[in-house]
Amino acid sequence: MWDYTDKVKTLYMKPKNVGVIEDANAVGEVGSIVCGDALTLYLKIEGERIVDAKFQTFGCGSAIASSSALTEMIIGKTVEEAEKITNRDIVEYLGGLPEQKMHCSVMGREALDKALANWRGETIEEHEDVEGEIVCHCFGVTDKLIRKVIRENRLDTVEEVTNYTKAGGACGSCIEKIEIILDEELKEQREHPAPLHQVKEPLTNIRRLEMVKETIENVIRPVLQKDGGDIQLIDIDGRKVIVGLRGACSQCVISDVTLKNLVQEKLREFVEEDIEVVERR
Amino acid sequence: MDKLIYLDNNATTRIDPLVLEEMMPFLTERYGNPSSMHDFGGDVGADVERARDRVRRFLGAENDYEIVFTSCGTESDNMAIAGTVSYYTDKKHIITSRVEHPAVLNLFKKYEREGYRVTYVPVDRQGHLDLDFLKRAVDEDTALVSIMYANNETGMIHPVEEIGAYLRERKVPFHVDGVQAAGKIPIDVKKINCDLFTISGHKFHAPKGIGALYVRRGTRLRPLMYGGHQERTRRPGTENVAGIVGMGKAADLAMAHLPGEGRIALLRDRLEEGILKRFNNVSLNGSREKRVPNTTNVGFEFIEGEAILLYLNEKGIAASSGSACSSGSLEPSHVLRAMGVPFTSAHGSIRFSLSRFTKEEDVDYTLEVLPQIVDRLLEISPFWDNEKKCGKPMAV
Ligand SMILES: Cc1ncc(COP(=O)(O)O)c(C=O)c1O
Repeated sequence: MWDYTDKVKTLYMKPKNVGVIEDANAVGEVGSIVCGDALTLYLKIEGERIVDAKFQTFGCGSAIASSSALTEMIIGKTVEEAEKITNRDIVEYLGGLPEQKMHCSVMGREALDKALANWRGETIEEHEDVEGEIVCHCFGVTDKLIRKVIRENRLDTVEEVTNYTKAGGACGSCIEKIEIILDEELKEQREHPAPLHQVKEPLTNIRRLEMVKETIENVIRPVLQKDGGDIQLIDIDGRKVIVGLRGACSQCVISDVTLKNLVQEKLREFVEEDIEVVERR
Repeated sequence: MDKLIYLDNNATTRIDPLVLEEMMPFLTERYGNPSSMHDFGGDVGADVERARDRVRRFLGAENDYEIVFTSCGTESDNMAIAGTVSYYTDKKHIITSRVEHPAVLNLFKKYEREGYRVTYVPVDRQGHLDLDFLKRAVDEDTALVSIMYANNETGMIHPVEEIGAYLRERKVPFHVDGVQAAGKIPIDVKKINCDLFTISGHKFHAPKGIGALYVRRGTRLRPLMYGGHQERTRRPGTENVAGIVGMGKAADLAMAHLPGEGRIALLRDRLEEGILKRFNNVSLNGSREKRVPNTTNVGFEFIEGEAILLYLNEKGIAASSGSACSSGSLEPSHVLRAMGVPFTSAHGSIRFSLSRFTKEEDVDYTLEVLPQIVDRLLEISPFWDNEKKCGKPMAV
C-alpha cells in the first residue's frame, strides 16, 4: 500500500468540490481513460476572480486528492494568483506524495492551465500547437510539459520524469528522447541556475509574506525545534525579514551567526534571492 | 483496523493454526541442526524428512529425493529455469507464456537480453493458452518450456497435462510454476509429465519464506548456489526447519481440505454473480471454465482500481487490483493486457481471492458495501453520466 499522508487520505475518502458547474466559463480536460487517469476541471470566473471550482476525476487515490486540493487552493484566488500555482504547491498542500504519484499533481496543474486557456478564449487547437511535440505516445506527453516539470521540480533522472509525467512508463520507447531532453535541461540549469520558485515578476508584499510564513512553518521551524529551539516571525519590511530566535538556541554563543545564516539561506532558496534576515533580541 | 475481510489469498494466506502448532517446537526447544551427528540435531532431521514425504504425496511424486526445499516460489522458479538453461548450454531457445508471474517472466527477459531466442505464448480473450502456438514453437534448439499451472491474477488453469505429454515425447524439459494451483486443485506431477514443479508455502497456509521445487528423477539441473551438502547439494544452506515442517503440515491439510474447495467455489460464484448482476459497468476477466475455485477478477469501467481498493480498505476489505496505479508501474497488468482486456476496464480491475477461512458473511458484507463504493466513484468520474446512469460517449 502507498504511504499516503493523512491529508491525502482525507481528501480521497472525502473529496471536496466534486461535480460539474453547469454554467462554468472555463473548463479544462486532461488525460483519458486509456492513460489510467483523467481530470475535468470546471471554473466559474467573475471579473478576474475564481469564485467556484469543481472537478471530476478518474484515477487513483492521489489523483482524487490532488484534484480536490487544487480546487480548494484556487477558489477565491485571482486568475493571476492561480497561474502561479505549481504542481509542487499542490504536493505541499497535500503534505507530500509518493514519488511514483507525482504525476497526479502535474495533472492538476495541467488541467488548470487548460481551463484558464479556455477562459481566455484560446481554442484547443491553438493551445495544442504551443504545447509542443509529443514525446511519449503511450500517454501523450509533450516535450514542453516534460521540460516544465523538470524545471519546476528539479528532476535529474529518467525515473523521476516518469514518476512525475508518466512519460516512458509504458512501452519505454521514448526513454532515449527523455534522456536527451533531460541532458539539455541539466546543461541549461548548470549554465543558468534558477531558484526553485522562479519568479519572473517581483513578488507582491502579500505573496512574499505568505511564502515567508510557509517556509518558516514547514522548513525552518521543524529544523530548529529538533534542537530545542524556535523561531518567530516579527515583521517584514520590503525584503528585510525580522525574526526572533528563541528557546534553547538563544543561549548558544554562535546563535546569531549560524542560525541567522540558516534562516536566510532557506528563505532565499524558497522565497526570493535577495531576502535579508535581521534578528531582533 | 478492527474489521478485516481478507479476500486477497492469492497474494498470501494466513498460517493455519494447526501448522503453527506443528512448527512451534522447532522455533523453541528443538533448535538442533539436522546435519549434526548428535541425536538432538539428527532427530530434527527426521522431521524434515517426514515433511519431505508429505510434500511428495501432496504433489504426487514418486520419490522423496525429488523434493528440494527452497526459500520461496521465486527461488524455485529461478532454480528450475536457470538451472536447466545453464545445463543445456548448446540450446538457445526457451518458451514461456505472456501471463507468467514476474518470477518467471523477468528471468526470461534477462535471457532475451543475453541473446536467447524467447517465445512468449499468447492467450486468448478469456486467458486460455494458445496450445497450438506453443506446440509449433518447440524445436531442436528448445532448452526449456516453463508454463504456470494457474494464473495468479485470473485463476485461469493452463493445459499443463497436454503440454507435458507433448514435450515428453520430444524430450524437452518442462517446468510448471504451480504456486497458484497448490492447495486449490489436486496436483499430480506424474500425470502432468513435468520435470520441474514449483510451489510456495505461504500460498497454502504455511508461512512465508518456504518453497519447494519438485525435480523429477534424472532431471539435469545446475544449482544456483554452492555450499554444503544440504538438499543433496542442490540447495545448500542450513534448512529452514520450522518452515519445512510447517509446509509439510500445510500440504497434509491442503489434501484433506481439497474436497472442501467446492464450498469455496460456491462462495466465489456468489460474490462474482452478485457483482456482475448489480452493476452494468462491470465484466468478468477470464472465464468460468478451467479456473481455480477461489479466484475472481472483475473489471469495472469508468472507475479506477486503486481508488476502489482504497475505498474497500476503508471498509476493512482487503483485495487486489490489476490497475497500473496500485502496482508502481504505470501500465495495467501484463496479464490483462495479454488477454486483450480493453484499457477502459483493465484500469478498473479488481481481484478477489478466497480461502477456506473465508466466511459466507464476508462475501455478503462485500456485496453490501461495494455498491456504495462504485456509485461514489462513478459520481466522481468524468466518464460517467450521473443523470442518464451510463458511460459518457468519449474520445479515447
Ligand atoms: C504464479 C506465481 N509464481 C511465483 C510466485 C512467487 O512466490 P513467492 O512469493 O513465494 O516468491 C507467486 C507469488 O505471488 C505466484 O503467484
